[in-house]
Amino acid sequence: MIQADLTVILPEIILAIYAMAALIGAVYTSKDALAPVLVWTTAGLMAALSFWIASNGSGTNVAFNGMFIDDGFARFAKVAILLSAAAVLVMSQEYMARRNLLRFEYPLLVALAAVGMMMMVSAGDLMSLYMGLELQSLSLYVVAALRRDSAKSTEAGLKYFVLGALSSGLLLFGASLVYGFTGTTLFSGIINTVHHGDVSVGLLFGLVLLISGLAFKISAVPFHMWTPDVYEGSPTPVTAFFATAPKVAAMALFARVLHDAFGGAIADWQQVIVLLSVLSMLLGAVAAIGQRDIKRLMAYSSIAHMGYALIGLAAGTELGVKAMLMYLAIYVTMNIGTFAFILMMERDGKPVTDIDALRQYSKRDPGKALAVLILMFSLAGVPPMLGFFAKFGVWQAGVQADLIGLVIASAIASVIGAFYYLRIVFYMYFGDENEDPIETRSTPVLWIALMGSAALMLIGVVYQFGIEGAAAAAATTLVN
Amino acid sequence: MIGLEHYLTVAATLFVIGIFGLFLNRKNVIILLMSIELMLLAVNINLVAFSSFLGDLVGQVFTLFVLTVAAAEAAIGLAILVCFFRNRGTIAVEDVNMMKG
Repeated sequence: MIQADLTVILPEIILAIYAMAALIGAVYTSKDALAPVLVWTTAGLMAALSFWIASNGSGTNVAFNGMFIDDGFARFAKVAILLSAAAVLVMSQEYMARRNLLRFEYPLLVALAAVGMMMMVSAGDLMSLYMGLELQSLSLYVVAALRRDSAKSTEAGLKYFVLGALSSGLLLFGASLVYGFTGTTLFSGIINTVHHGDVSVGLLFGLVLLISGLAFKISAVPFHMWTPDVYEGSPTPVTAFFATAPKVAAMALFARVLHDAFGGAIADWQQVIVLLSVLSMLLGAVAAIGQRDIKRLMAYSSIAHMGYALIGLAAGTELGVKAMLMYLAIYVTMNIGTFAFILMMERDGKPVTDIDALRQYSKRDPGKALAVLILMFSLAGVPPMLGFFAKFGVWQAGVQADLIGLVIASAIASVIGAFYYLRIVFYMYFGDENEDPIETRSTPVLWIALMGSAALMLIGVVYQFGIEGAAAAAATTLVN
Repeated sequence: MIGLEHYLTVAATLFVIGIFGLFLNRKNVIILLMSIELMLLAVNINLVAFSSFLGDLVGQVFTLFVLTVAAAEAAIGLAILVCFFRNRGTIAVEDVNMMKG
């Protein structure tokens, strides 16, 4: 029995043991001198595990009496999480090394956060949900404050910590109410209670608190206030990490809780998700217009994108979950490319994040400018790019679920939002001449990430990376 | 006779005091950490009360997990706070303001 359970969670165990062993190993040997090696081995291990999970996993395996579920949905999310975490790790290596930031803890904290995220997407119980979420959050608080000698970075860590702890508290209070009113913490038990009777007021209260706690983690409005500050203050590679893997994990967890535990009460949570979605899209689009710092801009962009992904969740259908998974996969790919470019931006060796510095950039480096143009069009959702098909997918799901108003609101928000993405393109191609232009120092890894992501935005249109079938299968295992 | 609802009322009150402590406090970041702790402990009262009421041990197991995580959370919070103090020389909440928002 225990043998079978352990086999199911083997990938998580391997990654956790690797992280702890490497931590002890690095402390007792050469410490930070080992960091570049650790970055590559961690990334390599994550990539290997994701291929293993993608190729070997089959069926739905339940471990530890239902506390841990390994199904198609969890595997899809895990592959996305591990691959994006690995990509961000290798992208950050050179940037951090040159700025004396590359400590050996960084890759290991990312690995531990990845273990937490894998736990989150596989959670089948409120306890495993909480433990996974906290393992992820606690690692992320520390990486946000990674630049210990910078007031901005520690302030970002502090803000993230306080608001993250508040959200964990809300989530836990909700979890305790759900436990009290259903008598179980297992999702399979909760859904039985929800199916059999009406949802009592106490349970509804618990559900709403649970949703608020999760909305914090995906930075949906009105629980978004930490996002711009944390994105701006953290070192850029860490920001890139925040904008990718944790978003996938938190959205997948959101879908898991709502469908696995509260699948019978769609009417009770649909309105809340619709509200979160509309507010996120509109605020993300409007508030980003005034931003001059590209990291803050990407923070609002991520708020808006989470709003679009929530449309798929609000639909409450299989098609909706599939569209949400596709949206997340495409969003993560776009963000990796965009952040590869942000990591390149510098002047006299110092990182620059001001968008004014991009004026006339296309004259100096047409190739990269073109890649950024494609990525910005894709983020804005301009039709020939893949980003449009991501939005189209969630709109389809929304229309099918009779959420016409939500779809219209999201179309309006995406038109408003297009303004700030296109402004970056405008600055690059038609901006006024700038006295002190930026240089972009490209390393092979960053170049591949930028060009690869831009190319995928074009080629992906033809066959959607071939993951559409996987996303559909994942959605089927979750919803049924 | 003290029933379930009394425990739930105490827990809800403590939880709300914790939330107010987070938002209304303008003095000291340590008070924020205390408020967070208060919220988590309020949840524990809830869980134990439900566990005893339902005659089910899961709630108490959950409580042990929450206590452990709360300890780890406090440790990380204080560590970040120490780094912040080294950079700024203050831990007043109103000085956590380098970035707008």
